[in-house]
Amino acid sequence: MDTLLQFLQGTFGSVWPLVWTLAKIVAIIAPLMLAVAYLTFWERKVIGWMQVRIGPNRVGPWGLLQPIADGVKLLLKEIVIPTKSNTWIFLLAPGLALAPALAAWAVIPFNDTLVLANIDASLLYVMAIASMGVYGIILSGWASNSKYAFLGGMRSAAQMISYEIAMGFALITVLMISNSLNLVEIVNIQKKGMFADNGLGFLSWNWLPLLPMFVIYLISGIAETNRAPFDLAEGESEIVGYHAEYSGMAFALFFLAEYANMILVSTLVSILFLGGWLSPVGFLPDGIIWLFGKVAFILLLFLWFRATFPRYRYDQLMRLGWKVFIPICLVWLVVVGVWMMSPWNIWK
Amino acid sequence: MEFNTAVFYFLSAVLVFASLRVITARNAVVAALHLILAFFSAGGVWALLQAEFLAIGIILIYVGAVMVLFLFVVMMLDINIDRLREGFWSYLPLGAIVGLVMVAELGAVLSANYLSVLASDAPQAVAGVSNTKALGRLIYTDFVYPFELASVVLLVAIIAAVAITYRAPKPTKSKNPADQIRIQARDRVRVLQMPAEKQD
Repeated sequence: MDTLLQFLQGTFGSVWPLVWTLAKIVAIIAPLMLAVAYLTFWERKVIGWMQVRIGPNRVGPWGLLQPIADGVKLLLKEIVIPTKSNTWIFLLAPGLALAPALAAWAVIPFNDTLVLANIDASLLYVMAIASMGVYGIILSGWASNSKYAFLGGMRSAAQMISYEIAMGFALITVLMISNSLNLVEIVNIQKKGMFADNGLGFLSWNWLPLLPMFVIYLISGIAETNRAPFDLAEGESEIVGYHAEYSGMAFALFFLAEYANMILVSTLVSILFLGGWLSPVGFLPDGIIWLFGKVAFILLLFLWFRATFPRYRYDQLMRLGWKVFIPICLVWLVVVGVWMMSPWNIWK
Repeated sequence: MEFNTAVFYFLSAVLVFASLRVITARNAVVAALHLILAFFSAGGVWALLQAEFLAIGIILIYVGAVMVLFLFVVMMLDINIDRLREGFWSYLPLGAIVGLVMVAELGAVLSANYLSVLASDAPQAVAGVSNTKALGRLIYTDFVYPFELASVVLLVAIIAAVAITYRAPKPTKSKNPADQIRIQARDRVRVLQMPAEKQD
């Protein structure tokens, strides 16, 4: 491996750092896209089983090639551009939706050292990048030159902004007790504690002392990604969403963005509250496999919620965000602050 | 040319172009989009100066929150371009004078301090100390009173904005969801047992 690296370094010369960084980006994005494709398949299977159906089983063994067939279908479909729409912004919007979902992965750590850019303010970076996802939605609604899409875009954008506040407060408590904005350090701080010393690491993770914040972050994450039961963006049966005018690959990009965001939120929940790559019990080693397991579990929750809960009404959604979550966050912020100043501070 | 310098010139070119488009674009939404691009490039320039907190802050606050609400408003405005162009020439002299005064003031303030600054004069980040941490420490120790004062001013602004737009709630028919969930079938429906009558 080292000799191969040295050989490549010699061949590329001064542009080697650029090439090497690009290679690392591809190594993150390509598996992510594959995971997105198979998440759609897994979703249809899981919901099928929960509703006593079979789910997709025609293409390939056990239907495993279904997402590839879907991708090819969407690629070959015509992209209809509505007349009098703003063509540039209409075509730019899907990209603006997908790009933040991918850019945030630059600072996501997979273990102590396996991270593309280990910057000090990585949590802030994730918040900043995630807050830009709303532009794809708001612009697609506006550029479509359609009243339905416009109102749908406004609705989704208002929903995302509302829940971003609750998410931000949940993150503030995490960085208070971690005393750091660095995601690697936030995970490493969860290694310490009374329970971790006795081999019960999973009780030392942030989810237990920050239980209300954990629940709020998870639910806000579902609302933020426009997933059921908060999927007012595309409630197929009753309401028209911001991507009403999109077809073919342009629509598929919104779809990819939604699923990439789901994986991103699940990874963040795992890192911030569930100890990232840390092993839950003392006698098993830490490793990247634990991170993937936790992410898969949170993703299963996403699908489970979709199969279980009826859709929220819009006013209920706003009430939950502004009148329930934000007050709880403010109270718990003070509770954590007082806790940290008291003699019972467990995060020293 | 160094890599950093090339990135700086690229970001600055984008920043200048976007700023020009903000004031020349005919469509208000396009102008707002270019303002977003300008903020983003400014964040990039700050990141080059190793001010990562400011760089991420401008993107998080201005791009992520302020401009979204701005777009909300701008998209719903009903702007008539022809009406806006009326009286352009009659307002031009006054506008030009105000603009020139502002340019002169800015130039006077900035040129004294910044025109002769070299890249090497920029304060270098101390290794091992996070920029964000250093800033936070300064704000909450040395400058805690000005900082708290600024937050109180913002709070007053929030309350004032709410007070100006506040309308007393109309009597609505909205229900408390908790009460709705707690209701039992027997509170609403009474099932009567009626023995069937015999016909003769």
